[in-house]
Order: sequence, then structure tokens, then C-alpha cells
Amino acid sequence: MQEVMKNKAKELLASGEVRAVIGWKKGEFCYDITPAVFTNAEEIDNGFIYDDFCGANLSKYLIKEAHKDGKVLVFLKPCDTYSFNQLLSEHRINREKVYVVGVSCDGKVDIEKIKRTVGDGIIALSSDGDKISVETLYDKYEINRADALAERCVNCKSKKHVAYDELLGDEGEVLDSKRFDEVEMIENMTADERFEFWRNELSRCIRCNACRNVCPACSCEKCIFDNDNSGYVNKAPVTSFEENMFHIIRAFHVAGRCTDCGECSRVCPQGIPLHLLNRKFIKDINTLYGDYQAGEDPEARGPLTSYTEKDPEPSVVTDKE
Amino acid sequence: MQVNEFKPKIVAFCCNWCSYAGADLAGTNRLNYPADVKIIRVPCSCRVNPLFVLRAFQRGADGVIICGCHPGDCHYTTGNYYARRRMTLLFSMLDYLGIEKERTRVEWVSAAEGAKFAATMNDFVATVTKLGENKRLEDLRCKK
Repeated sequence: MQEVMKNKAKELLASGEVRAVIGWKKGEFCYDITPAVFTNAEEIDNGFIYDDFCGANLSKYLIKEAHKDGKVLVFLKPCDTYSFNQLLSEHRINREKVYVVGVSCDGKVDIEKIKRTVGDGIIALSSDGDKISVETLYDKYEINRADALAERCVNCKSKKHVAYDELLGDEGEVLDSKRFDEVEMIENMTADERFEFWRNELSRCIRCNACRNVCPACSCEKCIFDNDNSGYVNKAPVTSFEENMFHIIRAFHVAGRCTDCGECSRVCPQGIPLHLLNRKFIKDINTLYGDYQAGEDPEARGPLTSYTEKDPEPSVVTDKE
Repeated sequence: MQVNEFKPKIVAFCCNWCSYAGADLAGTNRLNYPADVKIIRVPCSCRVNPLFVLRAFQRGADGVIICGCHPGDCHYTTGNYYARRRMTLLFSMLDYLGIEKERTRVEWVSAAEGAKFAATMNDFVATVTKLGENKRLEDLRCKK
């Protein structure tokens, strides 16, 4: 797959059809793959990578890249294409300046899960079908790939690309995922348990803003969290209120626009399950206002920018047992 | 002996066209409702940003109520429909985070419903008084 993608990128660069290629390259460690912009064949030969750790959603980088002259080639996994569509519907990307190559995805691996088994000091990783061989400074391990899949990939919502100019690999289906099970589990707790649960999770927040920076839906030029005079937030969370506040606002600002790509949870250095907040909104929207998947149809009107006269009253929430 | 009875602080966002006039009517009709309710007049219930609700709690409110025109009667035709969706989702999220859902409420009060305004406020204040102080969504920096 990686070679096919490399060739495609080089071919389009050589023909002059695209100015740049957005893909992934190796970071500091072998499992630390970061997004990168390539502008010539040499860079692609040396750096381009597509493997189990290419979890990063590249659609957000198009906002900046597609504003420059010339066309950009971008590789998008199925879940990334939803974000792409959502950005199109918000007029953040000029569709004509992007050449989307859809790439198939069989789930990405969460390095934290591997580290939990093998510990630190990973020097080499290779995946072969169902197994991942890990070499650390101290020992060699073999792990089932299924056990190391990222949470969002275990509960993958769709293997289908909703937008592309060209497809490499096979097209998949929209899946019947169990992604709301955990939300339901939390809903079934008592209010005190829920409060404890979230205090435990959110109190770890260090306000690094990684979740905001990576989110394709959080693409405002001016963000409330950058305004020190807003009175809402400080640089670091000083009270429990601020932790709650930050996460409620972050989740609310993307409510109805979040495609559930799961990037927020992936990048959180503290391992806070932020996707559970987003999924709560998605679940509520689905049950109260009808099923809606952000990014599925770029022409669709978002649930928070539309209404029906028969919408349930807020008392369905405040009066429920 | 002095008894320190808990008096909740209630913030009521009232839309200019219906609920604020409803509150006015409650006053001219000499209907009682607790002085703990602090009314903030907004042009429309959909002017209430979810942040306003959180900010009210941050600054020490124990309960927040949003009042607007009845659905279909909005002065701006559709404002309260949007507010309705927004607030439903916000309240549901607060409940999800374990914050008492009884502290928040949306009520539609028309300009002719002075009695309903007073009754709503009496009821809401009673509910919040029972809950006690807002501990789960308080900002210690804002405490005196």
C-alpha cells in the first residue's frame, strides 16, 4: 500500500497536477508518525510512510494548504473523509484545489496499548497480518493486532469513503458500530458516580489544548480559549470549575459538527476519553432530533442550525428520573 | 439565636418580548415571587449562549432558568426553536457530567402569564433550595 501511495504521489507531482502532497512521515520514534507536507519526489522517497500508526487525520491541514496557489494532494482514510466533507460544508476548504486520494484502512494501532504490555524502550515494530512484533531494549514480544487497536478503530463507524477523487485499495461499508455503548454505561450510573467518574478523568487535564488544535471541527481563527481576558479560562486549570468548563465548551462548540473521528482522544497526553463527551452529544442528537452523521452529506443542514416545531422540550432532560 | 437559612441565588434569563413582560405583569398584579431571582433581560431566549449559563454558575449562581416566548410565538419567529435545541443538549451534557439537572430549567412564559411567571419562580427556587449550594460547578476564585 505504502509503495502504491508513494508512486501515486510522485506521479501527480511530476505531472505538475499537484503542488504538494499531504501525508505522513516518521517522527522521533518508529511509532511516532506525524503529518507532513511533501513537495518533491526525493522527500517522498525518503520520508513518506503509511503504516499502523498513521492515525492522524490530515483533513485539517487542508485549510491552510488549500489557500495557497496550486492543487494539493491529500491521503484520507475513511473516517477522515467525513471531516473533509464537514469542512467543505463549512466553506473552510476550496474543493477545486484539493485532490483527494482515499486510502483503505484496517484500523490503526494505539501505541499506549502496546506500551501497557511491553513497557517502555520500544526500538522496532513490525506488523504482519494479525500479529505485531515489538522489539524493546530488553526483550522481544508478539502482540495480537486486535488487542492493540485504538478504541476508535475497535468501534469503527465506517470503512466507506464519503469523498474522494481516486481510491486506492478496497472500498468498505458503513459499519454498525457499538460506539455508544460506553456512553450508555455512563448514563446508567447515578449522578454521583458520573460526577466522580468525570472528576477523575477531567482533573488530569493539563490544558495543553492538543484536543482543540488537532480537531478538524475546531478551526476558528480566533478561539475563545486564546483570549486571556475572556475570564473563562486561564493558561492552566486552577479550579475544578475550569476543567469542567473547558471540556463542556470544547465539546459544545463542535456539537452537531463532530464527525467522531476520535482525534481528540488520540492526542490527549493524559489519556482523557474526550470522545465520550462528543459521543454524548451525537447520541443525544440522534435520539432527540433524528439520526445525523456529520460529514456524511456536505449539503445537509446541521442539527444545531435547524429545528422542527415538534422538537422535544428541554424538560425531557431536566425532568427525567 | 440567629439561624442562617440557605438562600439560593437564581439567575433568570428572560426574553425582552414575552417573559420579561410576564415578570412585569407578575409585579403589577402584586404576585409574590422570591427576591433571590435575579432577572437578566435578553433580546431573545436564543441570545443565551451556553457559556452564559456556565458563567452564571461560575459567579455563584445556584440555579439558572431561561424563559422565552412559547414556541411559535417568538418575536423573531424562530429564535426559541434554536434555543430549545441548544439548551436541551447543554442540560443533557451537564447531567452527563454529574451536575444536578434540577439546577437548570427552560420555561416558556408569555407576556400575559404573570401568574405562571410567579408560580414558576416559586417552584424553581424551592427546588434549588432543596438541592442546597451549588458545589459541583463552583469556581472557588469567585467565592468571597
